Amino acid sequence: MSDEQKGDGLISVFIDGNEVRCKPGTNLVDLVDSVGKEIPHYCYHPKLSVSGNCRMCLVELGMPGKDRATGKPMLNNDGTPKVMFFPNPAIACGTRTSPGMRIRTQSEMVKKCREGVMEFLLINHPLDCPICDQAGECRLQEFSTEYGKGYSRFIEQKVVKPKRTVLGPRVMLDDERCVLCSRCIRFCKEVADDDVLGFVDRGSYSTLTCYPGKQLENNYSLNTVDICPVGALTSLDFRFKMRVWFLKETPSICTESSVGVNTMVASREGKIYRITPRRNDEVNDTWMSDSGRILYKEIEDENRLTGYASQGAFSPPDAAILQVQKYFESEKIAFVGSGGNSVEELYLFNRLSRAAKSVGNYLVSHIQEGDELLISNDANPNTRGALSVGFIESLPETELPDLASRIDSGDVDTVIVYNEDLIVAGISSEQLAKVDIVYFGTHSNATSEAASVVVPTLSVFEKAGTFINQQFRLQKFLQAVPGPDGLIDDLVSFSQLLNHVEPDSGPLETVEPIWAELSKEVSQFNDLSFNTLSPEGAQLDGAAFQHLPFCEGKTLHYEPAAETVEAGT
Amino acid sequence: MAIKELKRKPLTFAEKTYLPQIASGLIITLKNIFRPTITLQYPEERPEIPEGYRGVPTLVKDPNGREKCVSCQLCEFVCPPKAIRIIPGELDEEGDSAHVEKGPKEFEIDMLRCIYCGYCQEVCPEEAIWLQDEFSLSGYTREELIYQKDKLYELGGTLPDNHFKWDKKKSAEEAGNPH
Amino acid sequence: METVDIIWIITKAVIVAVALLSFSNLAVLAERKVSSWIQGRVGPNRTSIPLIGSIPVIGTAMTRLGLFQPVADGLKLLLKEDPVPDHVNKFYFFLAPVAAMMPAVTTIAVLPFGQIISDGVVVPIVLADLDIGILFIFAVSSLGVYGMILAGWASNSKYPFLGGIRSSAQMISYELSMGLSILPIFMWANAPGADSGLNLFSVVQHQQGVWGVIFMPGSALLFLVSIFAETNRLPFDMAESESELVAGFNTEYGSFKFGLFFAAEYAHIIVGSGVFTALFLGGWHPLPFLSADLLPDGLLGAAFSIGIFLFKVCCMVFFFIWIRWTLPRFRYDQIMKLGWTMMLPLAIVNLVVYAIIFAFIDG
Repeated sequence: MSDEQKGDGLISVFIDGNEVRCKPGTNLVDLVDSVGKEIPHYCYHPKLSVSGNCRMCLVELGMPGKDRATGKPMLNNDGTPKVMFFPNPAIACGTRTSPGMRIRTQSEMVKKCREGVMEFLLINHPLDCPICDQAGECRLQEFSTEYGKGYSRFIEQKVVKPKRTVLGPRVMLDDERCVLCSRCIRFCKEVADDDVLGFVDRGSYSTLTCYPGKQLENNYSLNTVDICPVGALTSLDFRFKMRVWFLKETPSICTESSVGVNTMVASREGKIYRITPRRNDEVNDTWMSDSGRILYKEIEDENRLTGYASQGAFSPPDAAILQVQKYFESEKIAFVGSGGNSVEELYLFNRLSRAAKSVGNYLVSHIQEGDELLISNDANPNTRGALSVGFIESLPETELPDLASRIDSGDVDTVIVYNEDLIVAGISSEQLAKVDIVYFGTHSNATSEAASVVVPTLSVFEKAGTFINQQFRLQKFLQAVPGPDGLIDDLVSFSQLLNHVEPDSGPLETVEPIWAELSKEVSQFNDLSFNTLSPEGAQLDGAAFQHLPFCEGKTLHYEPAAETVEAGT
Repeated sequence: MAIKELKRKPLTFAEKTYLPQIASGLIITLKNIFRPTITLQYPEERPEIPEGYRGVPTLVKDPNGREKCVSCQLCEFVCPPKAIRIIPGELDEEGDSAHVEKGPKEFEIDMLRCIYCGYCQEVCPEEAIWLQDEFSLSGYTREELIYQKDKLYELGGTLPDNHFKWDKKKSAEEAGNPH
Repeated sequence: METVDIIWIITKAVIVAVALLSFSNLAVLAERKVSSWIQGRVGPNRTSIPLIGSIPVIGTAMTRLGLFQPVADGLKLLLKEDPVPDHVNKFYFFLAPVAAMMPAVTTIAVLPFGQIISDGVVVPIVLADLDIGILFIFAVSSLGVYGMILAGWASNSKYPFLGGIRSSAQMISYELSMGLSILPIFMWANAPGADSGLNLFSVVQHQQGVWGVIFMPGSALLFLVSIFAETNRLPFDMAESESELVAGFNTEYGSFKFGLFFAAEYAHIIVGSGVFTALFLGGWHPLPFLSADLLPDGLLGAAFSIGIFLFKVCCMVFFFIWIRWTLPRFRYDQIMKLGWTMMLPLAIVNLVVYAIIFAFIDG
C-alpha cells in the first residue's frame, strides 16, 4: 500500500529495519531521536541551519529500487521491494526523509565511520578534561566513550593553538578544544542577528575568531557556550566555579520579562551557580538572554531582606505576622501587588484584599525596551497572572496617581505593599509618611524603610509557583535552593493572615491546595493542577483579556494582536 | 536422628586435687616470663609500613615543585564520606603554571570524616592525591583536623612523576607548531 | 617505763609500719611488672622523676623497671578528687578503709623477722614478742573482714553489698581450716622438752634443722590455700570479682580511700607471706638443715637474718602474684564447697594424723 493511499500525509521510513511513520522531509537526526535511538552529532542543532561539517552523523541510506527503464519498483522474489543501499555513507543531518527510505544506524560501516571521525577529532584535542568546564556534559567525552576506538594511534606533536582567547565580555574561547562545528557562528548569524564569528586559516590550523574590530558582546552570547558541544567556548561567569556533575538542575522560569523564558537553575548545596535555558519550542526554543542568566545574583544581594522587622526593630516571624494582623483591621486599607509574584501568591493576596475589604488594589507596571527576541517590553513576568486571578481588572500603570490622591484625601490610611517601591510608582515620601505601610518583599527599598512592618519574602529560586506569560501560557517553576535561614514562605504568611481575617478559609500554605481552589474559582484554570502541569506549561484561553492594550511588541514566538499594535503606535 | 550420649571420663584422683593442673599452669606462665616481650615501644619504635599502605590522603608536588592538583574535583565527587572540599580557582596567566590554567584555590580534607578508602587516589587523573604512610593524626579541636591545602602539601611532599604531562604541554606551547 | 624506752618503741613501730607500707607499694609494682611479663608485655616503664631519672645508666634502668611508678600511683591516689556518693552511710563509709588497713599493720607487731645474737643469746627482732603470737595474728587479721563488710554495707549499693557478703562468708569458712592446719606445727614445736607455747619466734627456732614445709607439706598446703582465701587473692577474690561485681566492696570508693583498701590488700599479702615464712619456711634460717646460728654476732648477723627473711617473703609475694596471673577465679559455690567439704575435713585429718605421729614419736 503506498503512502498516498493512507491519506494522513505521513510516509513510512525504516530505521534499522523498523517501520516509522513520519512527515515527509523530517530531518533524520530528529527522526531517529524521536524513536529513542541516537545518531551522534556535533554540528547539527535543531534550531539552526544544517552545515554538515562534523561528519559524525554518517549513516547508511537506502531507497527502494526503481527500474530505470520503466520507472516501476523493483521487487524481490517474494514481492517485497528491492532496497538499493548507497555505496557510501551519508550525513543524517543533511538528509530528509522520503518514502520508503531505509536507514542503518548501527551497521559495521557506520561504526567504522564514527570511529574514524572520532579519531580525527581527537588528534589535536588537548585532552585537558580535568581542567575543562565542559567535562561531564561534553559531547566529545560522551561520543568517544560510546563510539570511539578507546585508544590513540597518534604519536606526532599536536597542533598548539591559543588557549585563553577572550571573545567578548562573557565568553572565553579555548581553540585547542574546538571541533569546528560552527554552531556558534550560525547562532550569531541566524538567531542573535549579530554576525561576528568566523573561521580563519585552513586544515588543522582553522581557528574560530571574531571579525576584526568586533566582539561577541550581544545579549545572547552565552547561548554559544550552551550549544558548543565541547569545552571550546566557556562562560566567564561560570568558568572554573563548579564541576557540572555536582549541580542539581531545577526547572524554573526567567523573571526578566513577560516572555517567560524556560530555564534550568543549577545549584549545589543551596548555592546557585548558573542558569541555562530549557528547551520550549513554544516560548524560547533553546535560548535565553545573558541578562537573564545573572538574575540569580540578586538573591545574595546586600539589600536582600533576611529578617522580620516591626516598627523598625527586628522581631520574630510570629510577632511580625501578629503585627500585620492589627493593620488589617483598618477600614481604609489599600493593596499594592507586584507583577513579579506568582499566580498563587497573587491569588492569596487578592483573597486577603477581599477579606480585608480593600478600598483599592493596585499593580505597578514596569516598562522596558524589548529586543524582539526573548525580552519583551513588559518587565513584569506575571501581569496576566494578576489579571487572571482577578487582582486587577485593567492593565496596570507605571505610576499610581489614584492611590496618591486617596492618601491625600484620607481615604486610605493603611497600604499593604507586595514587592514594589511606591516611591518609584509615583507616591511621594510625604504621602508615604501619612499612611501605615506593611511591606512584603525580597529586597529593601524606600518603601520598606518607611514601613511599619517588614515581612521578608522568598525569591523565585526559593519557592515553587506559576507565571502566566505574554502568550497566556501557564508555566511552573520549582524551588531550586532553600531561602535564607528563618524565612517563612510567602504563601504560609498569607495563609496565616487569611485564616485570621477569614477563619474558615482553611490551610492554603502550599501550591497544591491553592490550585485546588483556583481550578474551581477561575474558569481559565479549570482542570489544571500544579502537579500535573507539564514542564512546557499549558496554553490558557486569553480571550477575556484580548481587548486590553498590552504593551508588548513582537518577540520570538509572540505576535501582538493587530489592534494592540495600532493602539501602541 | 539417633542421639549419641558421650560420657565424660571420670577425673583421676590427681586431677581431683587440681594440684597437677595448677602446677602445669604455673610452669606455663613461668616460661612466659622469660620469653621476649612483643610490645612495640610506639612513639619511639614505629611499625613497619607495608607497601601500598593507605594512610592519610595528602597532596603531592611534582619534582619541579609544581602542585599537581588541577582541582578537577573528581576526588570530591567520589569521596564516600564527603570528606574532601575543593574550591577551584584560575591560575595566573603569567608564571610557571599559566599553561595549566586551573588549580585549587582551597583544598580541605576533613580527617575526622576520611575513611582511608583510597578512592580519591584511584580516581585522580593527575596523580596528585596519595594515601601515604602517615597514620597518626591528632588535634585539640575539630577545626584543627580539617586539613587545609598547605598542611596537605606539607604532609605529601614530592613524589616522582612518570609523565610530566603539563610540562610536555608547556614545552609544546613554547615550541609552538609551525604554521 | 622510761620515756626513752617509749620513744624507742614508737620509733621502731613507725619504722616497721613505714617499711610494711613501702613494701606493699612495691608489691603493687611487682604485680604490674610480673603480670606484664607473663603476658608478654613490658609493664610500667615510662614514669620518671626529673633529677634521678636522668642519671645516665641507673636512672634509665630505674625508669625502665618502673621503680618510680609507685610514687606516681601513690600521688595520684592522694591527689585525686575524693568522691563520696550521696546515698552512703557516711560514718561507716569513712570507717571501712581504716578498718581494712588497721589489722594488716597491727599483725606485723608480733611477727619476728630476724634474730640478733648478743653475748651468745639469740634474741628475736620483733616489735612485741608475745607468747600468744599466732593467736594474736589470727585474732587481729580476722578483723580485716570488717573493713570489707563495712564498705559493702555503707556503700548502700548492690555490688559492694554482694562483695561484702561474699567476703565475710568466705573468711569465716577458711578461718577454720587455717586454724586447724597450723595446729600440728605448734604440736611439733611444743614437743616435750621444747616448751615454746604459741610464740612465733620459738617456732622459727624449732625449724633450725627441718623446715615445717618439709616435715608437714599437708599443713603447709592447707595453710597456703587458706591465706590466699583470707587475703582475698585470686583465685579467691570473691569480694572484688571485677568481671561480676565491677569491683565488689570498693566499687563506690575512689581516691585515697580506695588507696587504703588497695594498700591493705598488699599489706595483707606481705604479712601472710611473713607468717607462712615463719611457720613453714624456716624464717631467717638460710637453708634447710642450715641454721642461722652460724651468722655472725651483732648487727651484721641481724641484717643477714632480716635479709634472708625478706628474701623468702619476696619469693612468697612473687608466688602470690604468679598464682593470680595463672589461675582463673572460682565460682562462689565452688569456694564454699571447697572450704567446707574439702579443706575443713582435710585439716582435721591432717591434725589427727600428726597427733598420732607425735604420740608414737613421743612414745
